[in-house]
Amino acid sequence: MANQAYQVTVEEDGFVDEVCSVPGGECVNWCVQCGMCAASCPSVSWMDHSPRKMIALIRAERRQDVLASNSMGFCASCYLCTVRCPKGVKVTELMHVLESLAVRHGVTNGRTATPAMHRAFVESVKSDGRIHEFGFMRRFYLKTNPLAALKMIPLGLKMFSHGRLPLRAKKAGGTDQLRAIVKKAEALGGAK
Amino acid sequence: MKRYSYFPGCSLTATAVAYGLSVEAVSEILAIELAELEDWTCCGSTPYSCFDELESVCIAGRNLALAEKTGLDLVTPCSACYSTLKRADSHLKAYPELRSQVSEIFQATGLEYQGKVKVRHLVDVLLNDVRPEEIEDKVVIPFDGLRVAPYYGCQLVRPDSSFDDPEYPQSLTRLITILGAEVTPFPLRSRCCGGTLIISETDVAVSMMRELLESAQSNGAECIVTVCPLCQTNLDVYQGMVNSKFKTSYDLPVLFLTQLMGMAFGIEPGALGLDRNVVSPGKVLAQHVAARA
Amino acid sequence: MSQHEHDAEPRIGVYICHCGSNIAGTVDVERVAGFAQGLDSVAVARDYKFMCSDPGQQMIKDDIKELGLNRVVVAACSPRMHEPTFRRVCQEAGVNPYLFHMANIREQCSWVHEEGATEKAMAIINAAVTRAYHLQPLETREVPVSPATLVVGGGIAGIQAALKIADAGYKVYLVEREPSIGGHMIQLDKTFPTLDCSACILTPKMADTGSHPNIELMTWSEVVDVQGYIGNFKVTIKKKPRYVDMDKCNSCGVCMEKCPWKADSEFDVGLGKRKAIYTPFPQAVPNVPVIDTEHCVYFTRDGACRACEKFCDPDAIDFNQTEELVDVDVGAIVVATGYDLMDPSPIREYGYGRLDNVLTSLEFERMCSATGPTGGELKLKDGSTPQSAAIVHCVGSRDTNYHEYCSRVCCMYALKYSHLIKEKVEGADVYQIYIDMRCYGKGFEEFYQRLSDEGVNFIRGKVAQVTDRAISDEEKGKLVVVCENTLLGSMMRLPVDMVILCPAMEARSDAREVARQFNINQGADAFFLERHAKLEPVATASDGIFVVGCAQGPKDIPDTVAQAGAGAAEALALIDAGVVVVDAATAAVNAELCSGCKTCLELCPYGAITFNEEDKVAELSDVLCKGCGTCVAACPAGAITGRHFTDQQIMAEVEALLADAKRPLVAV
Repeated sequence: MANQAYQVTVEEDGFVDEVCSVPGGECVNWCVQCGMCAASCPSVSWMDHSPRKMIALIRAERRQDVLASNSMGFCASCYLCTVRCPKGVKVTELMHVLESLAVRHGVTNGRTATPAMHRAFVESVKSDGRIHEFGFMRRFYLKTNPLAALKMIPLGLKMFSHGRLPLRAKKAGGTDQLRAIVKKAEALGGAK
Repeated sequence: MKRYSYFPGCSLTATAVAYGLSVEAVSEILAIELAELEDWTCCGSTPYSCFDELESVCIAGRNLALAEKTGLDLVTPCSACYSTLKRADSHLKAYPELRSQVSEIFQATGLEYQGKVKVRHLVDVLLNDVRPEEIEDKVVIPFDGLRVAPYYGCQLVRPDSSFDDPEYPQSLTRLITILGAEVTPFPLRSRCCGGTLIISETDVAVSMMRELLESAQSNGAECIVTVCPLCQTNLDVYQGMVNSKFKTSYDLPVLFLTQLMGMAFGIEPGALGLDRNVVSPGKVLAQHVAARA
Repeated sequence: MSQHEHDAEPRIGVYICHCGSNIAGTVDVERVAGFAQGLDSVAVARDYKFMCSDPGQQMIKDDIKELGLNRVVVAACSPRMHEPTFRRVCQEAGVNPYLFHMANIREQCSWVHEEGATEKAMAIINAAVTRAYHLQPLETREVPVSPATLVVGGGIAGIQAALKIADAGYKVYLVEREPSIGGHMIQLDKTFPTLDCSACILTPKMADTGSHPNIELMTWSEVVDVQGYIGNFKVTIKKKPRYVDMDKCNSCGVCMEKCPWKADSEFDVGLGKRKAIYTPFPQAVPNVPVIDTEHCVYFTRDGACRACEKFCDPDAIDFNQTEELVDVDVGAIVVATGYDLMDPSPIREYGYGRLDNVLTSLEFERMCSATGPTGGELKLKDGSTPQSAAIVHCVGSRDTNYHEYCSRVCCMYALKYSHLIKEKVEGADVYQIYIDMRCYGKGFEEFYQRLSDEGVNFIRGKVAQVTDRAISDEEKGKLVVVCENTLLGSMMRLPVDMVILCPAMEARSDAREVARQFNINQGADAFFLERHAKLEPVATASDGIFVVGCAQGPKDIPDTVAQAGAGAAEALALIDAGVVVVDAATAAVNAELCSGCKTCLELCPYGAITFNEEDKVAELSDVLCKGCGTCVAACPAGAITGRHFTDQQIMAEVEALLADAKRPLVAV
């Protein structure tokens, strides 16, 4: 029927508070929606929501839309938005915070492989104390797109032939302490 | 002898081996002692901070705690490590609740951090701790007008802009000209190379790289000089991918600043890891380096 | 209480104010009144709802008369609120106003505590009563006021203030550092929202100023020194040499015609040229040229040229003129030094200074103006007419990277430019790229409405970049403005011919030196600071010195004129009173005890202490002294007393405050 009011659903409250409680997220309240971040972002055209829009969505308590967005996955952490924002919003930090919240709440996004890459990175660090690039990339490609892994083989060979891709991981001396840190952090509420 | 604690970063033993080699070679000549931090572990870089805030600050903070014991400035040649370590330090100072959580974790695992470490990028040391005359002195084979596009990348100058202008940095000009090379205009010199997106969203990073290569080349550069392992890997190893995707024919060698310096100091190319560069720099360098005895 | 000599036995009246529920809501005022009644020397203690009201004041007056009170304590709000009120009440009832003391049981008690407020109030009153016991009567002094006023700055603010004071019959010295008055307003073309021609409304005022019998106009001059105090300022003004005799010059303009040497015109913001001998614009007041010694070849090449002298009929050129220092006595000073427009070059992504056809608002004003370098026609660098323009808001304003404040006038003049462009160029495309549209004033919203009808494109987004790198054919040869259209949520690349930036209005580049010279303060935004944001918008921390116009903060012409009138009124109130009353709570030097160490001299923040070289003692100006007590505390010989705050008074008060140690005081 015509003239039916558009029902806007506000999902569970508290999302803004949650974002503000993570270090780096508190500046979400300073935004005036000028769009400088979006216009400065080199990868904005791949994002489903621009950084500015993400902040608007956060403040509208649209938790699901935000966490399931692919925007964080396209952030290159170039910090251009952060240095240009007229209100001092640390937009890049905010993107990191949002992705970590997505991890915490188990929200996945199928339209970007970046969170999977980050997870592979983290696993590699926890395993060897340092990044073993070959192992980390292999883990990533096999998990997300094994066919893409095949396409990367020529490049991998090129890197290998130039002595830039050691095949074996070397565990760093401080790995045990690092694992202990991670375990304690997880116990204190860090992501698993 | 200037002494520093040294954080090479994970890539310096793998994709950026050449950086590690050339840093060591150059610092020996300049009487800079880089004492590698014992048992250092990965700083976590961007991926870890996107995974968990608390863990990422702990991971980076562990290295700060180790460095604090040495009493020396912590120097890293990697822009991402630089940015990440600085971020951890400033977060610990700015967020008391985070600091107390991290303290608790550190105490339980045998660490302590009081916030006294000064994190510095290698370029900062070369610019501000070494006098220009000292570098000039060591130039044995100056470049003869080699046209260099200085690529700063993002995290060297952002978000912390105390070191150089966040969008229009100039600091590398002086270092490069002392070596006899010519700095070409490079409007996109601090724009993003795509960073870690090269792995997960390759198309995006490759598009960004294309802009950079175009800007450098169209302004007359014969090679690009960089100060970040990831920037070098992207622009060097994946330059071929840019060419095949966009039907371009870029052939710009991408050198680490320390490789360029090392060559001017007369160090053997092998010791500078020049054989690790995928886009071969041999031809370009030979054209502009005086013949050696 | 210690033995004390009084003319009469102190009989103290104590009044405890409820202040509605502000105090009574937390403090048990009746109990406190009861406590006060029981103190020594207290003749009466009452509590009442609003002591500052008429009935409250009358209560005090009645008690003074009927009970023979000779000292009064009011326990209420901060003395900064009502001390003057109650002092006046006492004076009217025959009690010396310095025998009144105000105890703060609101800001320092009921407003900051919940528990223990009553106990604390009692301690405060104990101390207040003790102090009242020890107070001495003091007399204020009257100092005569010099009847002239100095107005610094000859823009619209200075002009308006000067005219109002002069019209009231008082002398004004109007000092302006440019060769002519007019300020920034004379550079403007049409003014919003009425689109009056700026010069048309300003030049009559300028003419009035130049010919007013009460205004002594000193252009091409600067204030170099300010001494003295309210009512009695001694100001030294430096009159720079014009090298043209003002009495002989008949403004024929031949010298300017004949002069072969050119320089960038400051009036045209560098867009046009002027001669080495010049008036900044044809309607200059005074219409007497000055010679710019940096471009005049007589000065740069040792006596060459002299064309102006050759052609000057009345023989007014005088290369031997020297700088003149003039001393004037004034009672009030009005600072109207205006603003600078921020140079947007540091915002490199906007390309100002690097890209052709990126202009600042002031440059665009000159281009629009019929007396400007293009005769009012809009022209690109290559001489062609722009067919499209983008106006960029908030350049350096509302930005933590530059200036946090809003510059207030830009949204309106941006609208004005849209209109002017549409008027001058048929079919032009105009884009307003804004974050907010701030159209708050009279006629402003209506003006916005009018512009919406004229087909102006409004795009909401902050411009990230202005570039000449084209990525498509339609961008070739154009300036491309990059922003996010936030209302649509999509990125935009707008190709236009001309980009007009709205840079921030800044404090003048020498504001710091000027502030120091006049002993006034700057706010965090670097503009001069008013004494109170709401209630004292033109007064400054220095009595007798007022600040008006954009020197105080960004504002438009209507607000500037209004504020200038306010400044004039304050100056007139001061001068018309003829005398200035000096607060008696000042410091006093006992010359016999003074050892001439000069410690106090450097410490005085108000410059109230001078050194008498003959007698080798410090001398204190009662009028400049604000009673801060710094010198009193610092004097190693104890030679300085703080009237109304003697050591004895303070110590007694402190002891009384801490008197009953068993009664716990809440933590301060």
